[in-house]
Amino acid sequence: MIPTSHYLILSLLLFTIGVIGVVTRRNVVIILMSIELILNAVNINLVAFSRHLGSVDGQAFAIFIITDAAAEAVVGLGIIIAFFRNRETLLADEMDLLRW
Amino acid sequence: MFDQIIFYFFSGLAVVGAVLVVTSRSAVYSAVFLITTLLATAGIFLTLRAEFLFVVQIILYVGGIMVLFVFVIMLVNLDVALHQVQFNRQKWVAGLLGLVLGAELFLTFYLSGKDQQGRDILNLPPAAATLLEPNTQRVGDALFNNYLIPFEIASILLLVALVGAVVMGKRRI
Repeated sequence: MIPTSHYLILSLLLFTIGVIGVVTRRNVVIILMSIELILNAVNINLVAFSRHLGSVDGQAFAIFIITDAAAEAVVGLGIIIAFFRNRETLLADEMDLLRW
Repeated sequence: MFDQIIFYFFSGLAVVGAVLVVTSRSAVYSAVFLITTLLATAGIFLTLRAEFLFVVQIILYVGGIMVLFVFVIMLVNLDVALHQVQFNRQKWVAGLLGLVLGAELFLTFYLSGKDQQGRDILNLPPAAATLLEPNTQRVGDALFNNYLIPFEIASILLLVALVGAVVMGKRRI
């Protein structure tokens, strides 16, 4: 039987890799993918504690997080397509339409 | 023993896939490695006896969200982007963030407390597996009894996201 701490370590590794991806990449699509990685790491945590405590609440929360991830991906990719149509770029540091 | 082999196989796959998502140059490769990581996570859900989430992860994440990502990558022209610099100059910030998160994990284990016999709480054996069976029925019970209002709010959120995506996809905003 694998102890819960191993699942927490795995989740933290995935979370940290996702955060580093968000901070270092310039391509907006890959930044969105890194955010998906982060949400996935949170899901592993929730399900691990659901088993640890013998309660199904964590899995219900994980379903809500998957719903959120779907909504966020849909809206984010829509914004990326609209932006690409106007400015012909995908780089995050050139997205400065709101700067004055 | 068999449990541990499966767990370490899937977690190694997930971590290697995640590293390749962040480091590969082309967004298409990133998407393929992200699919690998998500499938490995589905396997980890299976080792945690969450069969319903295993199926939801494969159908919704891999079959829904990642197909959307691949569509968008094909819609936007990436030949230009491939020759540009892919990483910005925030390596030090990223390294610092990694160190802070690692220290947080260390503190969590250090401060997580002991039970009466002096064992670490996080290394205790988990609760009996029969508490979570039958899995799909239990999850459905939780969603439609305790979490009914959040469930409805989630459906409204999906409706709003749908309308937002349609508006964003129009030719002139």
